[in-house]
Amino acid sequence: MRVWQRNATVYKRTWKLNILPNFFEPFLYLLGMGLGLGAYINQMEGIPYIEFIAPGLLISSIMWGATLETTYNVFVKMNFDRIYDGILTTPINPKDLALGELLWGATRGTIYGGAFLSILFLFGMGLHWGILLIFPLIFVIGFMFATIGLLFTSMIKEIELFNYFFTLFLTPLFLFSGIFFPMTQLPEAVQMIAWFTPLYHGVELSRGIFNQIWSVDLLQHLTWIIVVTLLNTYVVLRAIHKRLYN
Amino acid sequence: MPKSAPIIKATNLTKLYDTLKAVDGINFQIEPGTCYGFLGPNGAGKTTVMRMIYCVTPLSSGILEVNGNNVMKRMSAVKRGIGVVTQDDSLDYDLNVINNLLVYARYYDLTKEQAVRRADELIEFFQLGEKRQAHVRTLSGGMKRRLQIARALINKPSILILDEPSTGLDPQARHHVWAKCHELLEQGVTLLLTTHYMDEAEQLCDKIAVMDQGRIITEASPWDLIKSEVSPYVVEVRSDEQTRQKILTAVADQIDFHEALSDRLLLYTADAIPLHAQIQDMNIPVKTLLSRRASLEDVFLKLTGRELID
Repeated sequence: MRVWQRNATVYKRTWKLNILPNFFEPFLYLLGMGLGLGAYINQMEGIPYIEFIAPGLLISSIMWGATLETTYNVFVKMNFDRIYDGILTTPINPKDLALGELLWGATRGTIYGGAFLSILFLFGMGLHWGILLIFPLIFVIGFMFATIGLLFTSMIKEIELFNYFFTLFLTPLFLFSGIFFPMTQLPEAVQMIAWFTPLYHGVELSRGIFNQIWSVDLLQHLTWIIVVTLLNTYVVLRAIHKRLYN
Repeated sequence: MPKSAPIIKATNLTKLYDTLKAVDGINFQIEPGTCYGFLGPNGAGKTTVMRMIYCVTPLSSGILEVNGNNVMKRMSAVKRGIGVVTQDDSLDYDLNVINNLLVYARYYDLTKEQAVRRADELIEFFQLGEKRQAHVRTLSGGMKRRLQIARALINKPSILILDEPSTGLDPQARHHVWAKCHELLEQGVTLLLTTHYMDEAEQLCDKIAVMDQGRIITEASPWDLIKSEVSPYVVEVRSDEQTRQKILTAVADQIDFHEALSDRLLLYTADAIPLHAQIQDMNIPVKTLLSRRASLEDVFLKLTGRELID
């Protein structure tokens, strides 16, 4: 919690500088993809293309925001700025520290997601009561991706290795998790693989909430996310403890 | 009068990194209100000992108690009682001077009012008032070190740990740091420092442990170390090999012992004046002939060897 506050104190100073892109990014995506591609693809699964992709893009923006925080930013604080060396001499122990960074990653994810959501509202999407469910979901998804980013960070020694994480893990997730086209488009084997990946479940949940398609499937996706988040939190706290207490 | 209980007590303290014995079964006790120094070349294990005391490195074996708390069992109790100035600058570069102190105060769960009051005291004590709102990046090396020490004192610790506090500082800044350390000692704070500067150890420490290869070779007050390990005075002769040999033969019965280095001859003695005169009277060409008091540096080099350590 104290570590979360530390990050918040830093962010209070810099937020004016870095919040604007959070709003532009969705705007550009929706314009480029929605209006550009949307001109050729009128409808996808019975809804306008722009509305088909918007709920998924929202979730992916949380993914980018949360992982950026617990990968590069944590790595720099841990290995270059040596900020953790100082913090760990205080009553904060490595697990407190890791939990604080996870909460902060989730918070940054939520800020990305919140900005994205506000643009969607401006476009007139998701204006119904069911949308209230998206708020807790944004935070949970942020937390999940924070744990995924931090787990990778706890394993690597060189900052260059993040390229692998982003190019070989997050980018495929971004492209093959049903954001731009329905998963049924893909071979069954790929769909099977997708079931084991985190973004897919978030995208399905978000689309269900936006389009108010309430089915048991949504509960399944939610359960998957919660179980994976809890397991991963446990694993990553241990990994960071091992990395910082030796 | 009974001696007060030690504030830090290590029994058979050992740290293994794989097969490397970084700290090899050492014992020491530190009395409250004193300054205790670990002296040793790089890689001797000084920093590892410090890290075990402030609970960021687990012990491989042995017992280490700080303020009566076992460092492996009561970690946060231990950490609450100490302040740490790490060897590498660990200031928070994303924050300004005052926020470095306030954010740190939060890690110790100080209330906002307590934190502000304490931060103001420390800013005054370390003469950082003008830099209160300044960004850490803009501070000089000396100011950064002062801020680090100030930050370590935010929770009013009874023990302050300084890992090479004056490395990389200019002479003015070093003396300022030492002066502050003396003031803290007067306030009753126990100081624990590592250094490889002999003058620093002589200036500050009541007791010194000389470490090499994970072991404590010897432990005493600086002056006792000089008296027991070397002689009070040194006569240094710089000349060609032949002359040095001649001198050594001539004075052999008047010195306690000697060290023959590649370029110099060091003659250790209880009284330098007659020795110095005798060599002068020999009327042979020497490049330099000087007498001086023996220092901790002589002790250090004698104990840990003169070869370069990488």
